[in-house]
Amino acid sequence: MESPPRAVVIGASAGAIEALSAILPALPADFGRAILIVVHLPPDRKSILAEIFADKCRLQVREADDKEPILANSVYFAPPDYHMLVETDHYLSLSNEEPVHYSRPSIDILFTTAAEAFKSDLIGVILSGANQDGAEGLRAIENAGGVVLVQQPEQASSSVMPRAALARCRSARALTLDGIASALCELAAG
Amino acid sequence: MQTETDEIELKLLLDAILQRYHYDFRGYALASLRRRLTQAKGHFNCSSYSALQERVLHDADVLPKLLSYLTVQVSELFRDPAYFRAIRESVVPYLKTYPSLKVWVAGCSTGEELYSLAILFREEGLEQRTMFYATDINPDALKRAEAGVYQLERIPLFTQNHQLSGGRSSLSDYYTAAYGAAVFDKTLRQRTVFSDHSLVTDSVFAELQLTSCRNVLIYFDRGFQDRALSLFKDSLVPNGFLGLGAKESLRFSKCADAFQEFSRETRIYQRRGN
Repeated sequence: MESPPRAVVIGASAGAIEALSAILPALPADFGRAILIVVHLPPDRKSILAEIFADKCRLQVREADDKEPILANSVYFAPPDYHMLVETDHYLSLSNEEPVHYSRPSIDILFTTAAEAFKSDLIGVILSGANQDGAEGLRAIENAGGVVLVQQPEQASSSVMPRAALARCRSARALTLDGIASALCELAAG
Repeated sequence: MQTETDEIELKLLLDAILQRYHYDFRGYALASLRRRLTQAKGHFNCSSYSALQERVLHDADVLPKLLSYLTVQVSELFRDPAYFRAIRESVVPYLKTYPSLKVWVAGCSTGEELYSLAILFREEGLEQRTMFYATDINPDALKRAEAGVYQLERIPLFTQNHQLSGGRSSLSDYYTAAYGAAVFDKTLRQRTVFSDHSLVTDSVFAELQLTSCRNVLIYFDRGFQDRALSLFKDSLVPNGFLGLGAKESLRFSKCADAFQEFSRETRIYQRRGN
């Protein structure tokens, strides 16, 4: 039987593209983990995030479809106006449930369902953003024994989300964007 | 964190709902179902799935409210205008070649998708030859679909969507505003049969040219999805059309071979001929 994939989950809002641009292109093609990302987006527009990053990254980048299997060395963006959830048998489900913290997709929903599915074998990352979404989810990852990383608030273009995450998670490490990229490479290799 | 006991209790709760009320939620996608049942536990003031099970087994009045947690009702008229534009521009020319049409809105919820198609079919001159079937498992949602009354504050969005879908008329032609609500013209549903139907326990009821089932399958696991898709396959005529939600795909389904992509971007599929 194939061993389950290992994963990184990332949440970001205002300032997301800039922050992700410093991280995703720095990851090698054989990174070894799947990367699941929620960026807060306007609900009524097509997202171009997957296209932007497909050109810049060595990893496979796509916007998730419902029931998409989670594969290593692939990046999955949550589509606008859908929550993205991880099933315990390691595929993605989408949902139109109520927004959380005014957001659909919600970082908390991705992170808490990922923590259920991946347990301690999960890395959670909170980047720049102007809302509290993600703090609760990062806490769930911490409680499940995963690694939690946060962009240094003073370096984030919007510091509310990193500050909220650091306030909730005692073991969170606050790092620069470059620091997050190298930590991910080290953790993925280890 | 879900414990092993939670998992056992959840399974028993779903078994109880099936045996007592014949609703089968056992193949619903669990990540989302757990979230919604956690909200239901909060609403009913139950500390465990077992406590919720006791409530729903002994008090049938609990069921309608519980169903509103178990099923997700989110829709709007002409949601994803590109989908309705593709139906209008690419599917309607095929449909015009049939002397009579049967269209199924599967999982119609509170009716937004049905009224969208009914308006589109009227605009395209197909309404008089069409019979619509609008089905759902939730009786409250079906009642609301049959009433066709929506909050007035939603109308600007509906109007914008309708225009973006290539609407040939004004949406205001189809409703009257009264007391904060928009009441849709009842002639839009005079050719519609509303019916209680489950995609996982009920069977084929008609031979169809078009089935529209948007953002319903996302709540199913792959097993239930395959069950529903084989129902769609068996009820569509050869070359009949299946429209799914914007992020739903046949790529991961056992039924993929029975269909071909008709409009990739808007997730419209065509049943292969025999």
